[in-house]
Amino acid sequence: MNTAAVAVEAGDVHGRSLWQDAWARLRRNRLAVLCMIVLTAVFATCFLGPLLCPWQPGVQNLKLKAVPPGSTEVLDGVERTHWFGTDTLGRDLLARTLQGGRVSLMVGFVATLVALIIGVSYGAVAGYFGGRVDDAMMRAVDVLRALPFMIFVILLVAMFGRDLLLIFLAIGAVEWLTMARIVRAQVLGLAHQEFVDAARSLGLPAHRIIFRHIIPNVLGPVIVYATLTVPAVMLLEAALSFLGLGVQPPDSSWGTLIDDGAKNMESQWWLLAFPAAFFSVSLFCLNFAGDGLRDALDVKASKD
Amino acid sequence: MTNWPATEFPMLRFTLNRLIQSVIVVFAVFTITFFMIRLAPGDPFAGEKAMPDDVRKVMEARYGMQSASEYKDLQGFKRFKVRASGLTNEYFYTLRRFASGDFMPSFKYQGLWNAKIIRDAYPVSLTIGLAALAVALALGLPAGIIAAVRRNSWVDYSAMSLALVGICLPTFVMGPVFALIFGLKLRWLNVAGWFERTDWILPAVTMGLIYAAYIARLTRGGMLEVLNQDYIRTARAKGVPPARIVIVHALRGGLVPVVAFLGPALAGITTGSFIIEKIFNLPGLGQHFINSIFDRDYSLILATTVLFATLLVTVNFFTDLLIAWLNPRVRLT
Repeated sequence: MNTAAVAVEAGDVHGRSLWQDAWARLRRNRLAVLCMIVLTAVFATCFLGPLLCPWQPGVQNLKLKAVPPGSTEVLDGVERTHWFGTDTLGRDLLARTLQGGRVSLMVGFVATLVALIIGVSYGAVAGYFGGRVDDAMMRAVDVLRALPFMIFVILLVAMFGRDLLLIFLAIGAVEWLTMARIVRAQVLGLAHQEFVDAARSLGLPAHRIIFRHIIPNVLGPVIVYATLTVPAVMLLEAALSFLGLGVQPPDSSWGTLIDDGAKNMESQWWLLAFPAAFFSVSLFCLNFAGDGLRDALDVKASKD
Repeated sequence: MTNWPATEFPMLRFTLNRLIQSVIVVFAVFTITFFMIRLAPGDPFAGEKAMPDDVRKVMEARYGMQSASEYKDLQGFKRFKVRASGLTNEYFYTLRRFASGDFMPSFKYQGLWNAKIIRDAYPVSLTIGLAALAVALALGLPAGIIAAVRRNSWVDYSAMSLALVGICLPTFVMGPVFALIFGLKLRWLNVAGWFERTDWILPAVTMGLIYAAYIARLTRGGMLEVLNQDYIRTARAKGVPPARIVIVHALRGGLVPVVAFLGPALAGITTGSFIIEKIFNLPGLGQHFINSIFDRDYSLILATTVLFATLLVTVNFFTDLLIAWLNPRVRLT
């Protein structure tokens, strides 16, 4: 009896799942780990920061309009600093950036998650079954894509009022369409590969083949596209707000703050610089973390 | 959809099937849009000044609409019944006019036909869109390929960081910055408007840079996927030069995600972007997509939507052909 068999009998050998392997590989990628830490820090700052920040995002001080970063003001008898300066209406930019970050991060991640779940399942099912199922499902996507998105948003706003949840819904409802097409294109190529034929000849049910065998193989492009979707969603939210259908003043998001900042870019640089810095750093980290994840999940690449 | 007897001509069967499906898609889009805009609150005749009832009646008759005076004072189910039958009549009237190629007059631009509005605006958007696409491909493809081949090197990191800048920077920041530098400071190009031969450059570059960033990242992802496949190793083993492997063998499969993204996006790129047109003050088609909705210009909404849907099904058809050609494992159905 060889040693391996002994070990198996003694129960010392544990299989390593795809995810355990991926996690081990991900931890070795320093850049990806650093980016994940920074991303967590940005999240923590935006969601917990307001507890420490003395300023309220909506409160104006008309005497301190558009003062540069580092100006001080006496609040409740204590001298406090506007670290990021104030905007043209005398509101503290730090508080507004954090508040905008909460909105943007939530819209970005929730809408992308919605798009991811619907798009990947839909695209994989269409691509796997092919033929008439694929035709019908993809033509339905075409119909939804061609519908004027703005009417849909206006209808939602008219029926349910202006609500942040609606922005998630509306954006998620558009973004999954592209995801579905990308996944389907990949799955069409996979559906006739040997390992899928093998799984099918073993008599596995379709849902098991799709979710256990096919979807893990399309995760690479899906993650890349998902990391592209997050910024796209945040910008779409900004565009909606720009048209008066998204976040309404006095609330803000990074998109609307950047838009405001761009208008005053020559006289008050800080109005653009701070929100844009938060936005760009988050997206940078998100993308490199996504790349790390992609590489970690790529079984073939790790062999050579 | 249908079982054509000509199974020995897969291309022909695919084309015919798709043609039928496309007509159904455009029809469905038309129908859903028609009822969606009628469900939305507001109407095209609502303005700051109240419109006299007689004027309104004449206007409504011109567009085949049920007169509002017929159901204004009705309540409950009766109102619903009158309104529903009126809407159905309007729907078939509008469908007949659109099906015969007559895109009806606009509600907002009195005296102008929608076909004329689109004919004037579309060339502007098409020029800018195609130029933007050229910019995007010229920058994005090489960057993505080099980044994938030299994976995890400084070339990869700098190319991908640049691409990220393109994705992060919103159009409404990049556009004004370009206008400031090349228009106001250097005075090379016009800041806004559509008068000179060079006016397409700034909007096209602004739009193209964003798509270049997307293309670069998708190309890199797709190439990485392909470069690890067995057939690439085989090609390498039999001594094919590395450059040829990348360009001839790998690029073909690596482009699939790019094509899948760019195909449908093409319909949007060539019909203009509202934000770009606003920044550079262009008489393009993008503004009509958004403004017609805010104006409740029913016929113009339908005209732009039908145009967009037709373009979309057309590019999708060619996208699927291209994907099948790029990846022979894909079977056309």
